[in-house]
Amino acid sequence: MTIADTRAHTRANTFAQSAMLVADREVRMRLRSKAFIVSSAILLLAVIASIVAGSIFGASASSAMTRVAVVGDGAALAQVASLEVTTVGSVDEAERLVRAGDVEAAIVPGDGPTGIRIVALDEAPGDLVQLLSASPEVTLLEPNDQNAGLAYLVGLGFGIVFFMAATLFGTTIAQSVVEEKSTRVVEILMSAISARALLAGKVIGNTLLAFGQIVLIAAAAIVGLVVTRQDALLGDLGPSIVWFVVFFAVGFVLLAALFASAAALVSRQEDIGSVTTPVMMLVMIPYFLIVFAWDNDLVLTIMSYVPFSAPIGMPMRVYLGTAEWWEPLLSLIVILATTVVVVLFGSKIYANSLLRTGARVKVLEALRG
Amino acid sequence: MLQIDGVTKRYGDRTALDAVSFEVGDGRLTGFVGGNGAGKTTTMRIILGVLSADSGVVRLGGSALGPDDRRRFGYMPEERGLYAKMKVAEQLVYLARLHGVSRRDAEANTTDLLERLELAERRDDTVESLSLGNQQRAQIAAALVHSPEVLILDEPFSGLDPMAVETVLGVLHDVAKQGAPVLFSSHQLDVVERLCDDVVVIAHGQIRASGSKQKLQDDNAVRQFELLVASDAAWVREMPGVTVLDFDGGYALFEADDDEAAQGVLRRALRQGAVASFAPRHRSLTEIFTEVVK
Repeated sequence: MTIADTRAHTRANTFAQSAMLVADREVRMRLRSKAFIVSSAILLLAVIASIVAGSIFGASASSAMTRVAVVGDGAALAQVASLEVTTVGSVDEAERLVRAGDVEAAIVPGDGPTGIRIVALDEAPGDLVQLLSASPEVTLLEPNDQNAGLAYLVGLGFGIVFFMAATLFGTTIAQSVVEEKSTRVVEILMSAISARALLAGKVIGNTLLAFGQIVLIAAAAIVGLVVTRQDALLGDLGPSIVWFVVFFAVGFVLLAALFASAAALVSRQEDIGSVTTPVMMLVMIPYFLIVFAWDNDLVLTIMSYVPFSAPIGMPMRVYLGTAEWWEPLLSLIVILATTVVVVLFGSKIYANSLLRTGARVKVLEALRG
Repeated sequence: MLQIDGVTKRYGDRTALDAVSFEVGDGRLTGFVGGNGAGKTTTMRIILGVLSADSGVVRLGGSALGPDDRRRFGYMPEERGLYAKMKVAEQLVYLARLHGVSRRDAEANTTDLLERLELAERRDDTVESLSLGNQQRAQIAAALVHSPEVLILDEPFSGLDPMAVETVLGVLHDVAKQGAPVLFSSHQLDVVERLCDDVVVIAHGQIRASGSKQKLQDDNAVRQFELLVASDAAWVREMPGVTVLDFDGGYALFEADDDEAAQGVLRRALRQGAVASFAPRHRSLTEIFTEVVK
């Protein structure tokens, strides 16, 4: 056998074909990595767990029945939904039930203006007292669409998912760039395809993975909400989840290009941290902002238009109902335009730094080429 | 034929390559020799288009090289590296496909090459799990898997045991036999001397010599002869037009002013007794190399 037998008819790959080959490899290799599978599973489980926990927490808060013993006519009290009424004959018997723990409190005739007295074991039953009290009518002039605590959790959820996915895949893409540089396999790659096709393939491959993960999480969240009968919440959350997925896809391309070009500046895995720190900050700042300023309208509005924080800020505002219908579209255009610019500069930095090994390449040098 | 014509490359003030010109003929195994930092790797990277030259041009078959031509080049970079965690065969198929080979051909080529390089059993092992020698073979396979029409190999023999060197030599000969220009650099001058048809010597970014091995030896020939006789050869010193360089009993190494002076020595030796050997001394490539690069 000679090499002549193996001669193959080759034809040049198009840019798209080269990029797809690269993307395909990125995806296959990542799906084979145990670290990736495990971290994805943890993220997914965390989301499902938080939904289940939310359902249990919500259920216990709203639907737990308070058992009470009533002396006298319990019919009126039996109408109160959250009370489980046991009618007893005497105050003594009611007290006995309270002591035995069969009921949480007893409602017996009293001398005060309400005409009733509550008997409890060692602590005034606040819920019950509130339930039996007369409250004045309240009118809110600017009602909040959403429950504040829930809004915080939703913001935190978007923040964590974006932060984790961006960090996970950003680091992955950076490592994969440096792997090629440090092993010099990049020289072989670049004698076959262009640096831009290589970058495009990497960004596409990792974006697909990140996007797949986000869709999986979003689907799990939606299914989780339906299964745990939190459909009402789903109605509120649905549109913002969809926007989150859309913004994530674009926002991730932006970050991926940044991570890849930053990583191309160095030649060793140990140096990745030093060059990706600025990019990492761009991911972390929105996360902290949403944690600390989730209820600040101004901060959220600014966040929803700054490309790096829009994937968190805009869906949050959609959820809170503070965004006009056109605002997500406008923000999407801003983030798309930024992405185009960043990808153009990024690919230049990437192409110019790829073969320079040893010391860290300066960004300006890489741009000049 | 691959022509490198007036290629210059500067890094700031430093001139890495200074108007480098040489040719790699079709079907010729061409050795590229030079010290560390002489410019071998830079030249090869420019040929591959991995680096761009400040001036000068690389031609294949008379026309300037474009990206589409380079796709048909096989390249083995100086610093070895493949994807450590990818399986050998999978990796070769991937690289072949990047070069535009169809999946089916890529798989067939991979199987054949691994067979040829005695790596067939390791096809599903990750590269990082291979011994260094086998990684080197995989690297050579990576340069060949897309059936290149030109081969550029940077130090293909470093790290190979003698058996592997022979295997690789066989493969390179096959490629050259089909008419492909093959350029490889090496520090092992004995290998270059034994293997190459042509030699290119580079020093400080300048080509000091290039052409066939024979021509290089002729160009740098000195009129040195070795004589081995049964009796004492001290008399050689007294011969006219002769300078003795080394002498030990019946052995003499001398430089003659012309062929006639050398023949005179032989005639006298024959008169004096038995002559075991008399021959012009060929200088080894190593000697020529050290002189040429000075």
